[in-house]
Amino acid sequence: MADLKRTVLYDLHIELGGKMVPFAGYEMPVQYPMGVMKEHLHTRTAAGLFDVSHMGQILMTAKSGSVEDAALALERLVPVDILGLKEGRQRYALFTNDEGGILDDLMVANRGDHLFLVVNAACKDQDFAHLKAHLGDECDLGMITDRALLALQGPAAEAALARLVPDVVDLKFMDVAIRQWDTAELWISRSGYTGEDGFEISVPEKFAVSFTRALLAMEEVAPIGLGARDSLRLEAGMCLYGHDIDTTTSPVEGNVTWAIQKARRAGGAREGGFPGAARILKELAEGPSRRRVGLRPEGRAPMREGTEVFAGTEGGAAIGTITSGGFGPSIEAPMAMAYLPADLSEGATVYGEVRGKRLPAVIAPMPFQPNQYKR
Amino acid sequence: MKYTEDHEWLRVEGDVVVVGITAHASEQLGDVVFVELPEAGTNVSKDDEICVIESVKAASDIRAPLDGEIVEVNDALADNPGMVNEDPTGKAWFFKMKLADKSALDGLMDEAAYNEMIG
Repeated sequence: MADLKRTVLYDLHIELGGKMVPFAGYEMPVQYPMGVMKEHLHTRTAAGLFDVSHMGQILMTAKSGSVEDAALALERLVPVDILGLKEGRQRYALFTNDEGGILDDLMVANRGDHLFLVVNAACKDQDFAHLKAHLGDECDLGMITDRALLALQGPAAEAALARLVPDVVDLKFMDVAIRQWDTAELWISRSGYTGEDGFEISVPEKFAVSFTRALLAMEEVAPIGLGARDSLRLEAGMCLYGHDIDTTTSPVEGNVTWAIQKARRAGGAREGGFPGAARILKELAEGPSRRRVGLRPEGRAPMREGTEVFAGTEGGAAIGTITSGGFGPSIEAPMAMAYLPADLSEGATVYGEVRGKRLPAVIAPMPFQPNQYKR
Repeated sequence: MKYTEDHEWLRVEGDVVVVGITAHASEQLGDVVFVELPEAGTNVSKDDEICVIESVKAASDIRAPLDGEIVEVNDALADNPGMVNEDPTGKAWFFKMKLADKSALDGLMDEAAYNEMIG
């Protein structure tokens, strides 16, 4: 696999029997010998360890030294209340473009005197260039290249991590903190992409293998690949950038309006002032014409990405398309996300065309699998 | 047993052949979550797409290995598709067919040839 990058844990993935595939420019494990289904269920019942070192880690510091200045600067690129984000807290955000589409989704943490951003692997170079171009005059920006990023997720994640770093039990959902392990400085957040309780841990590269091995040595911790990562996040109702949201979908269409706090909405303290504000504020006020919804196919046949959705069993043009779909091992049923006309409500039946047959699916609330966060 | 290049196995049982997918194929597919079977009584031609297997990863087709008539399908697979991973060459047979020309079996691979193909 020429030209693909490898994370510092590559050799360990091979040793663990990981099946490597190209993903966002990296060779990453799609599964281990346990298999996608068992990896998924293991994460929901014990603890799963994911290598997410391909994601972008960015430090952002205002040249003035004030974290408020960094927050206000970042607010020019995201429709999110960053100024209101307290020290030691993290929040979901979106980079929007002038048309109101989504350039990427990300996490933003306030670390006292600066911000820490985690962005998608496939977008990290363009995100960094975007930040530099718009905020480079007033902020110092640094892409971290010497740290791995791990996610430890599941009901046993706290107990497992606490054996190595006892004081993580104090953290609540979306808290961030810096903790020591050996002589390594760990950047820890209590968050993840599975709907489970868990942590995301940035660890210096030279400690990454030993730290990962220390976690994997615990009976409840198993390595989990990208396959289960996708089914876990889909059950949790979370968007995958480039599939469920992208430059052609606004945050309102994408049904992530919960990420746009009052301060940035009409009548808020810092109304608008982000790319695409005109469209996004208008859609917030008037409603979008289409919206991302959850679908529960009635049979067992999964409806995958790209499946066209129709209003009836025969005739008519497609009313939407599935953007993510598969089988949910925990809900033991197929599940999907689709963009559908906003006037369709939960409980309505639509039809996904699978292999030439229109199969019924019901518009359903998300998450499909209840969240287990420690708030 | 006889084998096709599409990783199906065929076992002769009296007048009919029983058809399933090989252990190698089931490993490659990953966890199977859905199986769609043809209807008994259907006449099929070699290479017709007659079954669908969906795993956690993707959808795949099973083609008719030879010309003939489907005489029985394994309905248990619809309720328990995971059998395809647990017992691909036993309980998880897909269908039984009556071949139009039994001698066509001779054109398929034997076990040694199949094992060589999958390396």
